Amino acid sequence: MTPLDYDFLRKLVKQRSGLVLSADKQYLVESRLLPVARKAGLAGLSELVQQLRGANAQALAVEVVEAMMTNESFFFRDRLPFEHFRNTIMPSLMVARAAQRRIRIWCAAASTGQEPYSLAMCLKEMGPLVAGWRIDILATDISNEVLEKAKAGIYSQFEVQRGLPIQMLIRHFAQLGETWQISPEIRAMVQYKPFNLLNDFAGLGMFDVVFCRNVLIYFDQQTKVGVLDRIARLVDRDGYLLLGAAETVVGLTDSFRPVADRRGLYAPNAGVCGAAPRLAAIAGGR
Amino acid sequence: MKTCLVVDDSSVIRKVARRILEGLEFEIAEAEDGEQALEACRSRMPDAVLLDWNMPKMDGYEFLRSLRRMPGGDAPKVVFCTTENDVAHIARALHAGANEYIMKPFDKEIVEAKFQEVGLL
Ligand SMILES: C[S@@+](CC[C@H](N)C(=O)[O-])C[C@H]1O[C@@H](n2cnc3c(N)ncnc32)[C@H](O)[C@@H]1O
Repeated sequence: MTPLDYDFLRKLVKQRSGLVLSADKQYLVESRLLPVARKAGLAGLSELVQQLRGANAQALAVEVVEAMMTNESFFFRDRLPFEHFRNTIMPSLMVARAAQRRIRIWCAAASTGQEPYSLAMCLKEMGPLVAGWRIDILATDISNEVLEKAKAGIYSQFEVQRGLPIQMLIRHFAQLGETWQISPEIRAMVQYKPFNLLNDFAGLGMFDVVFCRNVLIYFDQQTKVGVLDRIARLVDRDGYLLLGAAETVVGLTDSFRPVADRRGLYAPNAGVCGAAPRLAAIAGGR
Repeated sequence: MKTCLVVDDSSVIRKVARRILEGLEFEIAEAEDGEQALEACRSRMPDAVLLDWNMPKMDGYEFLRSLRRMPGGDAPKVVFCTTENDVAHIARALHAGANEYIMKPFDKEIVEAKFQEVGLL
């Protein structure tokens, strides 16, 4: 691949998804995009780039972006966030929302569904505690391909053995040949929708909990800050944000602060987020 | 150092399991079937047992039931590791006192995840 072609692809992917490809990722781009080129009936990467430069390349560009994504996910990934959810977030929200009995959760980079389904299983296992509550889980991702897999809820034997306790496998999955499918009841607790984190967040509504895990690591500083500040505007003042193990708000934004003794858990900073400054947010100022 | 008894009639599997578990800082003992495993537990109760199901002489299920009736036999965390991957087998194992269940084929990530799950790591 010529440096010019590589540069074009890097810009395209960055512009469309935020994903930063450093100069040394050429091998990765080649191995991921050659199959895309072949599938489109093109001989190689320079033909692919040529096609992308032309008109009517929208669908192809979407495929290129999806192919460059890292979609790896596990059930109960890193464990701790889900312990925070069970032991810190839910108990506090159940007091704070006792009047409305309504909680909205957003998985902002849900990939193949393990994260939202882990939350759904947690909620299901709370049983009578959450009876009468309306708890919505919105799960979004830029990639349609992963969302289709998430909706189907079918996982390989390998995937159900990383992070998922065997008791939960037995309780919430049905065996489907060599694979396992999560129960219709759990599936119905999660709503899937394609959504690009670079887009305008208006229309998503307000949330009490946002899981935005293992996606900011792929973005540059400016994009991270932008996403975090836009999340801040739709997290209620007493809501929560959870980031991945290698991610933080520290040094990026004042919209959130780390919650003491709860690694990976962040709370909106008073006066910055949620209901109070919403008018300012709509006006575009802060 | 925690101890793990690896019970499998295949020496290849025992070797693979040993390598993975030693990497996770376990001291390993091996047994080829349920009888040998019980013997090993009588002389020294391990912290963990990685247990195959189908073995000659005494199978993993029978071993587990005997282990749980032994003095101190409720202490070890028992993780099945078997090609029996249907719900009925899993349910039976859990009912007999297994703590976790690995469906073969397995790798380091799975063993690590499951041992973490039962609090061994
Ligand atoms: C590594 S996965 C993380 C999955 C899950 N949150 C977890 O922690 O296991 C990252 C996901 O982010 C998605 N993603 C990347 N850029 C995105 C963007 N601009 N908008 C929405 N999703 C994006 C990818 O498609 C991918 O599925």
